[in-house]
Amino acid sequence: MNQEIKVMVNGEKRKIEVKPTDILLDVLRNKLGLKSPKCGCGRGDCGTCTVLINGKSVKSCLVLGIEVDGQEVTTLEGLMDNGLLRVQEKMLEGNSFQCGFCAPGFIVMSHELLEENPGPTKEEIKEAMAGNLCRCTGYTPILEAIEKTCGCKE
Amino acid sequence: MGNLKYVGKSVVRQDGLEKITGAAQYVDDLDFGQHLLYAAIVESPHANAEILKINIKKAQGLEGVVRVVTGDEFPYRFGLYMHDRYIFAQQRVRFVGEQVAAVIARTPEIAYQAAKLVEVKYKVLKPVLSVHDALGVHQDFEVEKNNMIHPDLSEYKHVPWFFPKDKTNIAHFRKIRKGNMEEAFKSADHVFEDEYSVPRYAHCAIENHVAVGLLDHSKRLTLWTASQSPHTQRHLFAEALSPLGLTHKDIRVITPYVGGGFGGKAGVSMEILAAALATTVPGSPVKVLWNRSQEFVNTYQRQGVNAKIKVGVKNNGEIVALEQLLYWDAGAYVEYGANVVNAAGLSATGPYRIPNVKIDSVCVYTNLPPGGPYRGFGYSEFLFGLESHFNEIAKKLNIDPVEFREINAIKEGDELSYGAKMNPNGLMEAIEKVKKEIEWGKKDKSSDPNIKIGKGFSLFWKAPAMPPNASSTCFLKFNEDASINLLISGMEIGQGYFTVMGQIAAEVLQIPPEKIRCVTPDTDRNPYEWQTVASHITWSCGNAVKRAAEDARDQILEVVHRALNKKIEDLYLEDEAVKSKTERDFNLPLKDFVINGIGLKDGTFRGGPIVGRGMYMPEFSSALSNPETGQGGKPNVHYTVGAAACIIKIDKETGKVQVPKMVLAVDAGKALNPDLVKGQITGGLLQGLATVLYEDMRFDKNGKLLNSNFTDYKIPTTLDVPDEIVPIIIENPQSDGPFGARGIGEHTMIPVAPMIGNAIEDALGIRMRHMPLTAEKICMTQLTRRD
Repeated sequence: MNQEIKVMVNGEKRKIEVKPTDILLDVLRNKLGLKSPKCGCGRGDCGTCTVLINGKSVKSCLVLGIEVDGQEVTTLEGLMDNGLLRVQEKMLEGNSFQCGFCAPGFIVMSHELLEENPGPTKEEIKEAMAGNLCRCTGYTPILEAIEKTCGCKE
Repeated sequence: MGNLKYVGKSVVRQDGLEKITGAAQYVDDLDFGQHLLYAAIVESPHANAEILKINIKKAQGLEGVVRVVTGDEFPYRFGLYMHDRYIFAQQRVRFVGEQVAAVIARTPEIAYQAAKLVEVKYKVLKPVLSVHDALGVHQDFEVEKNNMIHPDLSEYKHVPWFFPKDKTNIAHFRKIRKGNMEEAFKSADHVFEDEYSVPRYAHCAIENHVAVGLLDHSKRLTLWTASQSPHTQRHLFAEALSPLGLTHKDIRVITPYVGGGFGGKAGVSMEILAAALATTVPGSPVKVLWNRSQEFVNTYQRQGVNAKIKVGVKNNGEIVALEQLLYWDAGAYVEYGANVVNAAGLSATGPYRIPNVKIDSVCVYTNLPPGGPYRGFGYSEFLFGLESHFNEIAKKLNIDPVEFREINAIKEGDELSYGAKMNPNGLMEAIEKVKKEIEWGKKDKSSDPNIKIGKGFSLFWKAPAMPPNASSTCFLKFNEDASINLLISGMEIGQGYFTVMGQIAAEVLQIPPEKIRCVTPDTDRNPYEWQTVASHITWSCGNAVKRAAEDARDQILEVVHRALNKKIEDLYLEDEAVKSKTERDFNLPLKDFVINGIGLKDGTFRGGPIVGRGMYMPEFSSALSNPETGQGGKPNVHYTVGAAACIIKIDKETGKVQVPKMVLAVDAGKALNPDLVKGQITGGLLQGLATVLYEDMRFDKNGKLLNSNFTDYKIPTTLDVPDEIVPIIIENPQSDGPFGARGIGEHTMIPVAPMIGNAIEDALGIRMRHMPLTAEKICMTQLTRRD
């Protein structure tokens, strides 16, 4: 039943044995030990499992492991090769997170936004982050950190 | 207090870097090795039924199944304030989703598959799904024994301040009687009565509950739990599992970071399963991981309440009497929730000076999921009715609603409903500042005729609800470089607890907060803490940390005195060193001696590792009072108060509410870290908006929750954030708080529902009495109004 897939994970070529039913989130966490993506709902509602496939954000709880054969998968762990991202620095300074469980998903998502659109408006930031749930912060300090990162327009 | 160097500063969170890099570990991030087993739970499909027979044969036979466990193996009850909850259902199930049996297997998939093969035969009984049905038709609320949800209620062990009513579905009846109601209502110029209701809500922390248990071959039971309450969990596990010979010494609870709590991870709920199941498979850890649906159903829910309010007032706006009858839908088990009912009963006057008071706060069993603690602990629920009703009264008296509040606002020294005195507070200052910020009295008008603008106002208060002897402890240990580890057992659930505890120790010892690290709890190592609940941890554990730091400071000065013959009264700490008021050049860095001591000329040393110890318990608190009147005790250590207001825009056609501005002023006593206080304000306000505008638990006619996921139970997203939030911090010191601080965490959510209700009334002239106040309901109320 197991199938071998070849995936570029955080810049490194990996061969992984997966079952056809294995969820990408579980493959990342349990087979590769990448624990920053987390499960909050298991059905694509909360965004705390957000990772990048070929630079595009996905909810990794909605993707099968075998689907990423031959693709590039990036988690928060893979975004910090050159130290903290600017958006992370702003989030640290701004005490943006409380319990921190949703933080990896938000950071991956904001990274994608800023790669695609380095100068988003406040509304564009809100729209881009609307698929990631946070119950602690009221979102304001997270949004402010992203705004500060890009010197945001109204 | 002089000049503070670290306290009162918005320093960066101690756990900030861990959390933004994904390094922070939560229970499900820990590795438990190849031996890890997974449990799946067999749940009741019925809200009320007798269990006739359980057949585990098919499940047992599936390859990969290690063990199937039913209630026969664990015929034990447990609970925090009342022992009414079962590890597994015994002969009877009381809510849809209740645990009946468990399968332990090599993989989660096999466990779930096998759980479906467990055959349970039920005799289905009629469920009791409302407070109305549970209370029956008799004046004394007595019901037939077969209509009692807990026929053995009178045998349950409970705390002395609970008053269950035999032969009823009432688990606790809290009464407050003060003054003379009859005469007061007679003397009133007007009496206004109304009814309000608040439904159930879910906490929705993004991390689901998870617990891993391991009974090793030496009979040590270790639990890793996502919890607000490591020591309380150990105690409840020890109580529940004592028939198996397990004691406190044998049980160890380890609690890494928690992905949100809000009360939902207080006490013990599903964790008891991991503890019990672990004892059936010695040598192998067992993981019990809730999915989102189980998270909604089988942890705790915020209880619903029906409130009947009657208020007597004078023409000048002075309140002379208040009657609040609160009937709580507490669910199938109330071991924690009954204390929510109790706390609300004690404080259901709100922050007002009222000479004559009658309160009944009644904890009613129903066949719905167990109620329990949720941020606000009953105060959000009773204040919705009270603060809405006060606006209606002000309107009828033709008094401005804020002025009505100013006339009646409680002041320091005023008598509370149970006879104790109100603590120092900045309520009037909060009202004044919020009024100014929201431009109270100034009417805004939209240029769009379809958009109506309204303003709403509400006061709030809350006291920590806790046993009178709830305590906190701290060990403070120095490292070679004079950095510090604080061993404490409160939980960093996001509020910033670690950061402010670090700031307190930093201030006393004059060491920068960056050199202090708090250690997540392990009951084998970190000293006792009751629980991280009740917004009491900054105050209570803050006192323990301050005392531990003072203890360490005293040891430091003493050893310098002893080794170098300096007078203690001349010595002080500054810039990580001991200095002297009389010798300018004396400067002994702490790192030179806090571990290895001070060397003398003869080659010997004085001192040794510095370890500070601090404890705090409020010795003035007492829960004992007259059961018929509630008079006599001092059940609440103090109240934190404040005021809040909002501006809303309503689309008349769709009923959709937008929030351009919210203001909240809270008296923090002393804001140890203003940025973290503001974080609680922005977070609490949105969680409050969630309850009033969006969220709503829907049950079907058989008691099954219909919306146990984020698709159907919508919590706010970035698109629902108010345009502007103005946090205002007021500081009237709490004399027994660390640097004057008191808690503010829960409070920021409490005023939101009534202030939105009041703003809707201001905008549209309609009073909505039944939460939530969704767009749909606003729209329907508009369409069906008579004028």
